[in-house]
Amino acid sequence: MPVKPLSYYRERYIRHQPSPFCPGCGNGIILNCFARAVDELGLDQDRILCVSGIGCSAWIPSPHFNSDTLHTTHGRALAFATGAKVFNSDLTVVVFTGDGDGAGIGGNHLIHAARRNIDITTILVNNLSYAMTGGQIAPTTLHGSRTITSPYGNPENPFDLCRLVAAAGATYVARWTAYHVVELTRSMEEAIKNRGFSFIEVISPCPTRQRRIFGFRNPIYEVPSRIMEMLVESTYIRGREPKGHYCYAIPRAGVKEALEAVETELGRRDLGAGVRQVDHLRWGTVLRVDCAGPEELDSVKELLGEVPEVERVVGALEGKVELGVFVRERRPEFVESLREVMRRAGGV
Amino acid sequence: MLPPGKHLVLGNIACAEGAIRAGCRFFAGYPITPANEITQHMAEELPRVGGYFLQMEDEIASMAAVIGASWAGAKAMTATSGPGFSLMQENIGYAYMTETPCVVVDVQRSGPSTGQATMPSQQDFYQARYGAHGDYEAVVLSPWSVQEMFDLTVRAFNLAERFRTPVILLADGMIGHMMEKLVIPEKVETVERRRPAGASCTPFGTEDPSLVPEMPRFGEGYRLLVTGSSHDPTGRRDYSPRVMEAKLRRMREKILRAEGEVRDIVEAGMGDARIAVLSYGASARPSYGAVMKARKEGIRAGLMRLRTLWPFPEEYLSKVAGEVEAFLVVEMNLGKAVREVERAVHGRVEVTPLTRVGGVVPTVEEVYQAIRRVDECL
Repeated sequence: MPVKPLSYYRERYIRHQPSPFCPGCGNGIILNCFARAVDELGLDQDRILCVSGIGCSAWIPSPHFNSDTLHTTHGRALAFATGAKVFNSDLTVVVFTGDGDGAGIGGNHLIHAARRNIDITTILVNNLSYAMTGGQIAPTTLHGSRTITSPYGNPENPFDLCRLVAAAGATYVARWTAYHVVELTRSMEEAIKNRGFSFIEVISPCPTRQRRIFGFRNPIYEVPSRIMEMLVESTYIRGREPKGHYCYAIPRAGVKEALEAVETELGRRDLGAGVRQVDHLRWGTVLRVDCAGPEELDSVKELLGEVPEVERVVGALEGKVELGVFVRERRPEFVESLREVMRRAGGV
Repeated sequence: MLPPGKHLVLGNIACAEGAIRAGCRFFAGYPITPANEITQHMAEELPRVGGYFLQMEDEIASMAAVIGASWAGAKAMTATSGPGFSLMQENIGYAYMTETPCVVVDVQRSGPSTGQATMPSQQDFYQARYGAHGDYEAVVLSPWSVQEMFDLTVRAFNLAERFRTPVILLADGMIGHMMEKLVIPEKVETVERRRPAGASCTPFGTEDPSLVPEMPRFGEGYRLLVTGSSHDPTGRRDYSPRVMEAKLRRMREKILRAEGEVRDIVEAGMGDARIAVLSYGASARPSYGAVMKARKEGIRAGLMRLRTLWPFPEEYLSKVAGEVEAFLVVEMNLGKAVREVERAVHGRVEVTPLTRVGGVVPTVEEVYQAIRRVDECL
């Protein structure tokens, strides 16, 4: 990626600063990636239409991205975008939505837009909750998570949005996190270029709400980096071997007690393994044990199984969220199909 | 499209024909009785004239797509009935807030809820006016014949374009499903929304005395900010009380200022009337027959048939109240327009409702007897 100063992107693509986003929010990162993707593709800003719904994600383009923007009702961005794209297919239409907006109230429009394979790129910012309204359960909130509407743990299960949208017929489907800015930017370029329905889920930090959901008791200024590290810890990129040889030890009760116990055990034997406390989306705050090689890892796993303070030992990939591009297909695009209808009717 | 001249068609077909002649090139809808023939005819005819027909996943999406298309430059429409009309309300509110021209046809059926799907009513009189939350002025038209399904659909588009507002065509299952003579003229007059001429524009504010701002479309380089949130004249989100109040007052004023022009009342026998019968849509048909019969019997009755329901013609009715001795309001609900009439006449004359529900249209005899009873009390 050619290096351009930040001011270049800001002056050309961003308006109405400062943004209203909380410190540590992923929205600014996503807007930044989007501006770079648009710049890289050399798109005419006058022909870009950004459509959004309701929620923090809606404010990524509106009013900040310097193109036509349509900030619509809750969950309906894709339906509005469909009308605009059909009537003026010269527009590059990009929908910004959130997990509540796009998969909750707007879930029906999401699967139907995918089914039609309309040439719209949808960027769904998944912060695992309804953040703007105070941090309620979303259709992406993990089972057991404590939110303000699941104070005793979430009784529901989350959607796997990429599998859902892929099954519905989207022709480009990818998932990244706000940490993976290079991959995300490349993915946005590819999604916009795809002549069909493209979907990118971006798992994104929300220090304001996730702090409570993940039970992080740090001072607020430490939370953003802690969440970013968790996003890296809990994900892996499809097709790429995980770096190193490690496993996780899930503590039976307190993390501190488990950490001390494991450190003591590892210290007694010379296995060349290191242990540290990490945050994991699926397992919570756990111990990660890194080893020198695969044989050492097997021995460590066996050893950890015998530590009473450790409840369970899980493999490196177990419970991790897969990132990457899952679908690249070609199918008839909706507006092209409408043109075909028009030809058959004799209207062109 | 049907050629100009005389035809025997369904009211719903006349509506679709009128829409296409008014310039409608985008339709998004969802199946519902008794509005299906509009959707079906649009699916058949729009692609033939280079227009787009979309069947959406629900009425919410239909209304949303219509608004999106309108901002892309289309004259756009959807058609539905009560249950679907209820689902559309949030996005209709969005259309008011963003001053988006579009036409919504509600072929009323008997409700609430699923009610009597195939049977007519006039129960959405208030939903058409107050269905969305917040403050706005609605423009609502009411056809009484197949011909008016055509004429008022054209007028709905013209008013929508002129005032940059959604216009509701409040038809009903009887008019929609009735076959009658339709005369299609050689040419219909159409109105186009004001577009900005210069390089910049304020799409949500204007110095023009009409109070209707110019409306650019997407893709023209204006880098529009369109939002349902409170916004300043440029479109930028702004929650300050001053901005929102100015916006809502201008939106109201742009419609009320033109009330005299939007007003559309057809009178029959009102010149010497002592009893003024007020009706609209399907129920105006037996009302007309009853008034004519009463006049033959020597009862001085007259008919006021509202073709524009909203803005409600308060000023006009207040004047009529000074000239007649009684009002009879005939409608197919448990009393809706009658409340507005009472408000307008302000207790100066007796107002009697004749209400029918259950999916029936009152008969000429029923209305005639009601006129007689009113007459006997004078």
